[in-house]
Amino acid sequence: MIAISQPDLEMICRHGERDYPFECCGLMLGRFEAAGRKVVSETYPISNAREEEAKRNRFLIRPEELLRGEKYAREKGLDVVGFYHSHPDDRAVPSQYDLEHAWPTYSYIVVAIEKGHAADLRSLEMEPDRSQFNEEEVAS
Amino acid sequence: MPVTVTIPTPLRQFAGAQSEIEVEAKTAGEALDQLTSVHAELRRHLFSDQNALRNFVNVYVNDDDIRHSDGLDTALKEGDQVLIVPSIAGGSVAQLENLSTAESAPADGSQNDVLPMLSNEEIARYSRHLIMPEVGMTGQRKLKAASVLMIGTGGLGAPLGMYLAAAGVGRLGLVDFDVVDASNLQRQIIHGTKDVGRPKIASARDRIQDINPHVEIETHETRLTSENALRLFVNYDVIVDGTDNFPTRYLVNDACVLTGKPNVYGSIFRFEGQASVFWAERGPCYRCLYPEPPPPGLVPSCAEGGVLGVLPGIIGAIQANETIKIILGAPDILVNRLLLFDAWRLRFRELKLRKNPDCPVCGNHPTIKELIDYEEFCGLPQQTEVKPTMEEITATELKKRLDQGDDIQIIDVREPNEYEIGKIPNSKLIPLGQVLNRMNEIDAERETVVHCKMGGRSAKAIDALHRAGFAGKLMNLQGGITAWSNDVDPSVPKY
Repeated sequence: MIAISQPDLEMICRHGERDYPFECCGLMLGRFEAAGRKVVSETYPISNAREEEAKRNRFLIRPEELLRGEKYAREKGLDVVGFYHSHPDDRAVPSQYDLEHAWPTYSYIVVAIEKGHAADLRSLEMEPDRSQFNEEEVAS
Repeated sequence: MPVTVTIPTPLRQFAGAQSEIEVEAKTAGEALDQLTSVHAELRRHLFSDQNALRNFVNVYVNDDDIRHSDGLDTALKEGDQVLIVPSIAGGSVAQLENLSTAESAPADGSQNDVLPMLSNEEIARYSRHLIMPEVGMTGQRKLKAASVLMIGTGGLGAPLGMYLAAAGVGRLGLVDFDVVDASNLQRQIIHGTKDVGRPKIASARDRIQDINPHVEIETHETRLTSENALRLFVNYDVIVDGTDNFPTRYLVNDACVLTGKPNVYGSIFRFEGQASVFWAERGPCYRCLYPEPPPPGLVPSCAEGGVLGVLPGIIGAIQANETIKIILGAPDILVNRLLLFDAWRLRFRELKLRKNPDCPVCGNHPTIKELIDYEEFCGLPQQTEVKPTMEEITATELKKRLDQGDDIQIIDVREPNEYEIGKIPNSKLIPLGQVLNRMNEIDAERETVVHCKMGGRSAKAIDALHRAGFAGKLMNLQGGITAWSNDVDPSVPKY
């Protein structure tokens, strides 16, 4: 499960609405706790590195950006615990594409943005054998 | 020479919880090989099944991306730091057809060309696809990146699975819980004589793997239910419906609408078949076409009504065709159209379909927002329901009573061609459709046993006779002539 505060969830939704009709993305910084529990203490928006047209349904966080985020997190004694992104005018369900580009342990929050407004939001974690995503509980 | 590999947080669980591991290696590739030979679980997250570095995995030596040096051959010197960094990518499900624009490599070359590459062996295998611009290298790589979930590995699933595998679809999910029966072999060409008695998904998996070992096969030996459908569907790009019953068909439809997946539909009966692509984002769904299921029993199944063996081959191949086109982003997929095929007269017809704005699942104001009980929706009796009492007799009991000389008349309500395959001695043939008109041929003074193939039609006949006021004693033969063959006389062939 992932614990994330209401203001941080708001931040993610607002980011998705702001970048609509493009996909937004960002990091979630916090701590890994026992039993796979993750606690988010702040969000870290990243600008979508995808070229214009592809941004409608794809997002990309470049490794240098991730390294920068990780460095920032380390300075604050935090870890990158997951990533968020939006699905403009689509459901908050993971795509095969998402699955093929995921790593275990991290949380992947997906927020559906319908006609510019945040709707459904869910968090997913990949099976260690890469077979599927499992929805995880979001506690705020 | 000794170098240090830094393991990113999510992968540490596969590396004995270590954040840094020292290995002996001369190149970056060797360092990773060393690392994954000790920690084998790491490998699948770093390398694809084709043994290439996954395209979202970046390797840095000190502060430089190895893509800017010599890739995996980048030389290492003592004390170098090797960093594994994921680039995080993802995206929504909806726009499969945009894959080609989305996947063009960015100009700076630093970033992943996210469609999987083809090996030389695969290029040789798919050459007839590759030389057509409509498929080409990009299309073939889209096929490799794609995943399809097949519901059923029977008549429709057989050609489907074989053609999708041969075409190079990267990942195929199979859902079935049935075992191969001798009566399947007349049309389910994915299974062979040696497979009789085996689970269908095991036999289908073997056949598909033999056709194309590059395909990743996921078997789900389970009945598709409202509980598991959404969880299964989200992990695939396209769902193909190869089922033969209404509850599952509505379940597949609703689950596709709820997860936003295209539903490649096909159905067959006797000599006639139908196919369409139900994709709520672009056109109607199955419920727009058939808001309500037919009353139970009105439409017989293939087991009751029969099916021409080659028919599912034709309809299943059309489903495979449309599935491949969806993945390629082809124009003119079978959306908004219902294809009707009559194998006996060899005619194709096409009906235009329209989305129903009042559709309860995909319309403007949907009332179905989660999966329901489809058996109940289709009017099938619930297991708890008490059935109206109907007198029944088992095959062995009937045999015993006949042997002891009881006066029992046997009415067979099957069709004449079924009667020709095999019959119970001294039975009289009155097909179900003629039962009421020929009621006077049944002697109400004598005890009567009514039978069909399995017991379903004979129950209907008894019900109809009672309603029509037939006064004599009627008993249904449990399990029909099939039970007679099993329990009394194995020389009567089963079909």
